[in-house]
Amino acid sequence: MSTLEIRGLEVSVITEKGPIEILRGVDLTIASGETHAIMGPNGSGKSTLAYSIAGHPKYTITGGSVTLDGVDVLAMKVDERAKAGLFLAMQYPVEIPGVSVSNFLRTAATALRGEAPKLRTWVGEVKEAMNALAMDPSFSERNVNEGFSGGEKKRHEIMQLELLKPKIAILDETDSGLDVDALRIVSEGVNRAKAANDMGVLLITHYTRILRYIKPDFVHVFANGRVVEEGGPELADKLEEKGYAEYVGN
Amino acid sequence: MSLLATNFLTPTGREEAWRFTPLNRLAGLHDGSVEVAQRESLVMKSPATQGVSFTRVSRELLAPESFSDDVIIQRAHAEVLNVAHLSVAAGCEITTPIHLGRDHHGPAGNELSRVRISVGARSHATVVMENSGEAVLGEDVEIVLEPGSSLKFVSLQEWSAKSVHAARHHAIVGKDATFQSVTVTVGGSLVRLLPTVEFAGPGASAELLGIYFATAGQHFEHRIHVDHGVPNAKSRVNYKGALAGNEAHTVWIGDVYIRAAAEGTDTYELNRNLLLSDGARADSVPNLEIETGEIIGAGHASTTGRFDDEQLFYLMSRGIAMDEARRLVVRGFFAEIIGNIKDEEIQERLMSRIDDELLKAGH
Repeated sequence: MSTLEIRGLEVSVITEKGPIEILRGVDLTIASGETHAIMGPNGSGKSTLAYSIAGHPKYTITGGSVTLDGVDVLAMKVDERAKAGLFLAMQYPVEIPGVSVSNFLRTAATALRGEAPKLRTWVGEVKEAMNALAMDPSFSERNVNEGFSGGEKKRHEIMQLELLKPKIAILDETDSGLDVDALRIVSEGVNRAKAANDMGVLLITHYTRILRYIKPDFVHVFANGRVVEEGGPELADKLEEKGYAEYVGN
Repeated sequence: MSLLATNFLTPTGREEAWRFTPLNRLAGLHDGSVEVAQRESLVMKSPATQGVSFTRVSRELLAPESFSDDVIIQRAHAEVLNVAHLSVAAGCEITTPIHLGRDHHGPAGNELSRVRISVGARSHATVVMENSGEAVLGEDVEIVLEPGSSLKFVSLQEWSAKSVHAARHHAIVGKDATFQSVTVTVGGSLVRLLPTVEFAGPGASAELLGIYFATAGQHFEHRIHVDHGVPNAKSRVNYKGALAGNEAHTVWIGDVYIRAAAEGTDTYELNRNLLLSDGARADSVPNLEIETGEIIGAGHASTTGRFDDEQLFYLMSRGIAMDEARRLVVRGFFAEIIGNIKDEEIQERLMSRIDDELLKAGH
């Protein structure tokens, strides 16, 4: 049982014109087995929240705290956060030329498990994860994210989720750019990983359609860098109907 | 002191061809002051194969096929008595790579050398030339591809730290012949290579690939020259380099010359440099000279940059520590070129050398 606690989180980005405040005091608690949807209009700071928790160097934490089971996440290096059990499925996964998917996955698994996985069982694990996400076996010989379609990038992110078995996963607009079939396949992958590892999920999305496949326990509306309304799944239905108009400009 | 030294104009360092080179570190190769014994250190390391011969031939019987304006190459042409000649007979398919090697030990390794590689018509071969140990070497390698032949020429500069190596790899590519070179420079104090190509018949093509990794104090210079003098020839150049440490210096010059007769030319050259620390310097100068507009394409690109923070973040966000992430990115950067050396042992040796260079650089 793990708990990710975000308290009063304030984040800025440093620009040539000085710092710009993006998150203005975010409070959230995500426990194992729970799925939290964060919904909000573009530019509300949803992705900044995701990247700040993962430790992207572009963002400067100016206040508040993030802890995982009481341990200060913000003091950890990026790789240490992953080792502690956090995972960020990125909206725009980065191309790594010359590094094959299989080499990348094995290096990551070795880092996270503390020892190289046994080759025989590892090959099986990867094969199973790829099958489950309807990915061609040749995929593992390609370079990480290089020339991947939008759908392939997202499948690759979710494949990592299944293989690397984090405690808490943050999914940043995993639904964007997916057609209906890919959305279903990717969502099933998230649900499998959640069921297998009692994973906590922080699902960041602009649209409600992914919530048909990944059922949230809690919905948080995000606007202007903070959570402005919270509720159960019914809140998503309200957003579907009325949009974000009432939250914008507050 | 060579008796012939006065015949050559010693470079001053102001010449375009020498302005990047620290002349005082050439061990006297450029001004004739180096003591050169008549050494012939190049050997064929592969077993004898039908259609392949490796012999030493008097220079009277094997005069240079090409002119060079480089003073070190001119000295080699003037002073070397015997030419090492690797010959592949016409119509041969040599499937096993032919390995040539020099393994110098100690300062007695000062040498001027001429090498000729001849590939007969319609023959296909791979030649791997390995340089290691400690030496001062001025060298001219002339590679002649007869019509319809193909050659992959891999040259490895894995010299120890004090070595000085100045060489020309000059390919004369015949009609419908295909030349591919993979040039690797990862060791030595000063290495200055002139990978040059001239096309001798239409339909010829050349692909020049290279990697280099310079660490503190090393000067690695690659001066490519591709001379398109015949119609419908194709050339591709792709060199990638990494630099780390104080006074690490690399120079890449990419001269492509498209003469009036060279209609239908298709050429592209690329140089990418990865700066891994402060204090290192990469010079990269592509040049394109075009005398005809009737060509398929001619272009070049040159980039020099640091680690991509987004790549490192992505890898680290999967639990991979910073050092390991950098190692992956650098290996990946070079993989595209090293993958062309179809020899797993050499590939793995080069990759671990790259890891070592990174470690030396403090990553």
